[in-house]
Amino acid sequence: MSQFKSIKDLSRGDGAVTHVEAASQPPLPPPFDNPENIPAFDGLTDKAKEGNVVVDDTVALNIPVPSSKEEEEELVNKFISGLRKLVNPDDNWTFYQPLMMTLEHCARCQTCSDSCHIFEESGDNPLYRPTYRAEILRRIYYKYVKGGSTWVHGDIDLNWKTVTRLIELAYRCNLCRRCAQTCPVGADNGLMAREIRKIASQEMSIFPVELHENGSVLQQTVGSSTGMNSLVVKDNCEFIEEDTADKTGLPEELCKIPWDKEGADILLLHNAGEIMAWPDNVGAFAVLFNMAGLNWTMSSDAVAYDSINYGVFYDDMQFARTALIHAKAAAKLGVKKIVLGECGHAHKALTIIADRVLTGELNIPRESCMPLLRDIVLSGKIKFDPMRNDFPVTLHDPCNYVRLMGIVEPQREIIKAITPPGRFREMTPHGVENYCCGGGSGFAIMSGHNFGDWRHHVSGRKKFRQVLDAFKDEPMEPEAFKYICAPCSNCKGQLRDIIDYYDGFEKCGLYYDGLVELIVNAIEGVNPGFIEFEWH
Amino acid sequence: MTMIPYVVAYVALGIFAVAVVGRFFMWQKMPLHVRWELYPVAHDPRADHGGSYLEDVDWWKKPRESSLVGEMKVMIPEILYLVALKEHNPKLWVRSFPFHFGIYLVIGASAMMMFVGLLGGLLPASITSVLGYLIQACAYVGLPLGALGALGLLQRRLADPELRDFSAPSDFFNLLFVAVAFGVAFASLLVPGGFANTLLFVSGLMTFSFAPMAGAGLGVLLPAVAVILMGALVAYIPMTHMSHFVGKFFAYHAIRWADEPNLRGGEHEAAIGEVLQRPVSWSAHHIGADGKKSWAELATEEVKQ
Repeated sequence: MSQFKSIKDLSRGDGAVTHVEAASQPPLPPPFDNPENIPAFDGLTDKAKEGNVVVDDTVALNIPVPSSKEEEEELVNKFISGLRKLVNPDDNWTFYQPLMMTLEHCARCQTCSDSCHIFEESGDNPLYRPTYRAEILRRIYYKYVKGGSTWVHGDIDLNWKTVTRLIELAYRCNLCRRCAQTCPVGADNGLMAREIRKIASQEMSIFPVELHENGSVLQQTVGSSTGMNSLVVKDNCEFIEEDTADKTGLPEELCKIPWDKEGADILLLHNAGEIMAWPDNVGAFAVLFNMAGLNWTMSSDAVAYDSINYGVFYDDMQFARTALIHAKAAAKLGVKKIVLGECGHAHKALTIIADRVLTGELNIPRESCMPLLRDIVLSGKIKFDPMRNDFPVTLHDPCNYVRLMGIVEPQREIIKAITPPGRFREMTPHGVENYCCGGGSGFAIMSGHNFGDWRHHVSGRKKFRQVLDAFKDEPMEPEAFKYICAPCSNCKGQLRDIIDYYDGFEKCGLYYDGLVELIVNAIEGVNPGFIEFEWH
Repeated sequence: MTMIPYVVAYVALGIFAVAVVGRFFMWQKMPLHVRWELYPVAHDPRADHGGSYLEDVDWWKKPRESSLVGEMKVMIPEILYLVALKEHNPKLWVRSFPFHFGIYLVIGASAMMMFVGLLGGLLPASITSVLGYLIQACAYVGLPLGALGALGLLQRRLADPELRDFSAPSDFFNLLFVAVAFGVAFASLLVPGGFANTLLFVSGLMTFSFAPMAGAGLGVLLPAVAVILMGALVAYIPMTHMSHFVGKFFAYHAIRWADEPNLRGGEHEAAIGEVLQRPVSWSAHHIGADGKKSWAELATEEVKQ
């Protein structure tokens, strides 16, 4: 069981404030109910513990422990300065109203806690309550910025430990906003984690290196967070075209990826991680769009061949900059619309959030690939043989375009059309109530120190549980392949890592991939075996 | 002494009205923010499965459907029955529901008393009689229900170490205040002459006749104390986070269900143009702000590492 931790404990003591005991975590379903089948979670090294601010069993940010009184004061002063800007409607017009709503009206009733997969899978560790970090921020705001009474708003000690641990703790939330969905008064404690991240980034220059230097900055300077420039991307896509033609046996023109086609109907934006890690996804899109006779293109302009926008996880300005470059590339080509490939956060960034940033000629219609793929599959233009997908399939709902955009049914209509009856089974719960994969808000690409192990051990554990439960009626044997359809790059990365961590393929035949791979696998007349289970 | 409850009531109602209207405009006047909706969105015809208009190809070419009935189907049970709390926190709901529903009944009783007080002489006797029964039912059920709910919430907040840790002293005081005010008001209805004096007081309040309460002893004292306590509570509520009934409207309609797209040339573009011109003063180097440059300027500047 969890030990009680006061919200005031964040300001006190040295080292970690809490620790997740494996014994306190709810057991996983078979065969992982046996502790011997679960890898041990290695704690932080002594070096990491000594050099960095530590709040629990891992470190996301590498905030150095201050070495002087001046450094300690500077951390506190900068945080307060950032908080003042956060509650300023000029500096933070982007989220001012949602932020103030949660600051003022959260009743601290803890209703949201049980909806949080991290809280639940940590064994109800109090530090991972959605309200924990929110309440600390609220108390700091009222006591040190607004000058309110602690009798009314509660008390908190403010020192460098409070500030730095709070920032580190903001990276123990997937920003899936499942907590907000259950709030009886409409507060959004997930947003509060993001707002703390913003203070850290926009005022204090504290961010995970994977999201900032190797993420949004690399994308905006080189062209992609993968480090690929335009030439490399096009070269890789040529290889994908050839490989797709070989695998499917389709004519080369049906596997062709058009570049920089002015006046095309569609500009397709892929997460460039697909090009690097899951080239079959990019090839499958090309096959489907070409077979459907769509007039489409990709852009070779820097940034525009990579739909990622890590700013949505930590920094409004970085978000806006990337969104504007994406829109400018589309305007330059004169396309009729932008279609987002299988990347959840890119969906939300460009379709929803950028909807209050893009105006005039940059306000080009943007849509998800899901309805378009649904229309292609159901149009009859391509013949499918569902028996080619004669294996159990479950579907992961990416938070960013399901709970946060309401795109729920198209992907289900597709799967039902391309799998034999009875082969598709839902996770519990699913749709807008589904759980995050545990890699959301940038976690999927964050693996410093033992952070990767933490997200498998804690944040991704609920998803792994859901997957095992979805397949509970199937033989849990390696030869009995089970397909987890994860139509989102970050979710795929997280599922790949979870399956690998728990040895899920070797023990249970768990295999993950996207939606378009499943569609192409079912096309009549192409070479069988587009999905290669043996190359898990 | 006769005038004190009247003065308290007028001042309290005035403070309440000004504070609630002020809060409403405070939320309404906040700048446009980015879209941050959460599905299901109740007015979307696809709300049953949590879907949205974004499930359609070329969604911007299609007429948008918005269902007021859909919103009502969610809002009315949520307001009256606290559906979200019932589903996600049943232990709290058994305390919170009587608390809230008791308040609704008391508001209903007060509204009917005011109506009768204002127009009683003009109404047919049959209607006055029905309203009298309704007032009694709402008051005799609502006041103890609200007081018990408040005590239940207070007990839970005190007994659960984590709820207690997250609570400020005012959270305990607020619940106690409601319990005491409702308890005294209920007691004032139980003493001989108490209910009649309450009706007399409300009638005087509405017609500015300021008639003194009839009789003596508890039958006068308790209604007077109840009016003062309830008046203080009415004035106090909008100063606290108990005013979430105003914020909740915006939490749903301006944030959670605000799915209105920004179409080219549409009404949102002007508002977006305005917020993009706001100055930025964030200090991190990569932002590049100087307190004068606008969001639009900084977002289109070259990237600083």
